[in-house]
Amino acid sequence: MSKLSLFLGCIVPNRYPGIEKATQLCLDKLDIDCSDLPGASCCPAPGVFRSFDKPTWLALAGRNIVLSEELGCDVLTICNGCYGSLTDANHELKENVALKKSTNVHLGKIGKKYEGTVDVRHIVEFLYDEFGPEKIKEMVVKPLDLKVALHYGCHLVKPSKERQLGSVEQPTFFDELIEATGAKSIDYPDKMACCGAGGGVRSALLERSLEMTKHKLSRIRDAGADCIVNACPFCHLQFDSGQAEIREKFALEYNIPVLHYSQLLGLALGFPPVELGIDLNIITNKEFFEKLRGRIE
Amino acid sequence: MSKSDVLNTLQNAGLDVLTCMQCGTCSSSCPSGRYTSLNTRRIVRGTCVGRDILHDEDLWMCTTCYTCQERCPREIKIADTILAIRTIAVHEGIMLPAHRKVSQLVLKYGHAVPINDDVKEKREKLKMDPIPGTVHKYPEALADVQTLLRSCEFDKLVA
Ligand code: SF4
Ligand code: SF4
Repeated sequence: MSKLSLFLGCIVPNRYPGIEKATQLCLDKLDIDCSDLPGASCCPAPGVFRSFDKPTWLALAGRNIVLSEELGCDVLTICNGCYGSLTDANHELKENVALKKSTNVHLGKIGKKYEGTVDVRHIVEFLYDEFGPEKIKEMVVKPLDLKVALHYGCHLVKPSKERQLGSVEQPTFFDELIEATGAKSIDYPDKMACCGAGGGVRSALLERSLEMTKHKLSRIRDAGADCIVNACPFCHLQFDSGQAEIREKFALEYNIPVLHYSQLLGLALGFPPVELGIDLNIITNKEFFEKLRGRIE
Repeated sequence: MSKSDVLNTLQNAGLDVLTCMQCGTCSSSCPSGRYTSLNTRRIVRGTCVGRDILHDEDLWMCTTCYTCQERCPREIKIADTILAIRTIAVHEGIMLPAHRKVSQLVLKYGHAVPINDDVKEKREKLKMDPIPGTVHKYPEALADVQTLLRSCEFDKLVA
């Protein structure tokens, strides 16, 4: 297992710091060697910047990867968007000599050079490959009695030609990691459907993007889930903040707590909810906290 | 840019849409199309026949979920094509105001979603440094990001 550096992106440190904290606590507990990545920027966001200008996308993503190369670390992402953006950019820069050359002209202006010596990982795929559900299960001290509606998020598994993580219609690896915590990953219709936030739709056409979120939330509520678990802070934001926006715009109340996998794992590893920032979400469902308290304390 | 140039640009990027058989698998799989005017099949068709696709506002309703691309029986890279058409549109000055705004945030802060006071407080509650160890904390790193963005002329593109 190579050494890692933790890439934070934008939404985790600047909107949901609990996910950053939970990730660090889990990495520590699992004894994973992971350093900070000082001075990293926006990945940059694939839905917008990548589709605006490819050289800009490659230059900014390239710089973030170079920061990790300088530390001799693989990049660990905790966001599907950062993962997609950085892993695709890394792939293009490694494979395409002309793109590497033109990107290095830009990077040369800040005294940096992309070499192509490291890989980009996503925490879910990393934990599955390097630890596996069995080993995680052994580390669990507080098995969780929760019904989880898992949301994979599109860019963890798609486009599949680039990701190569198996089935995109019915993947199971993330479910196995959920069940390793003792929780049950429940089935629900449209489980693999998009949250509605990506591609710049949330920022430009909020109401439209919330229609898609509302559809998923109804499915999740009908399936009787205790909470939603994701591994993408943008989906996390869309489900959490989105529930407040849906209340305001459509007068509908869901009140379903939203957790990043690091936070779910953190609970199972014995950390209290407040240390994992679960109470700092916009949706704070009292019954859910009581259920956790019953289990955890 | 003339209409046939759009097809040429796509083809040079390895994006061939001309094999589309208009089966509609893409549009019937599209989560956005349930709630917006986005009709993916129509976008592909329009691109094939040289309709003025750059001004089609449906371009911006795609969440890039890649479902259509995964399911297309002709293996057309539909989502990648939509993104590539967006690139051409942006370079022709066609861009939604909200996207211009997000771009300005990256130019200024190096983050598309910068920190605010409310989150600084949340970080302190979690016993974390209120300022994350990103470009927010290191002015010289932010200056590097800004140099790169200028070098790519991104500032002019989104001005
Ligand atoms: S799924 Fe593919 S072949 Fe069918 S209409 Fe869409 S682009 Fe054309
Ligand atoms: S990638 Fe875009 S066009 Fe294709 S199914 Fe998803 S939202 Fe629809």
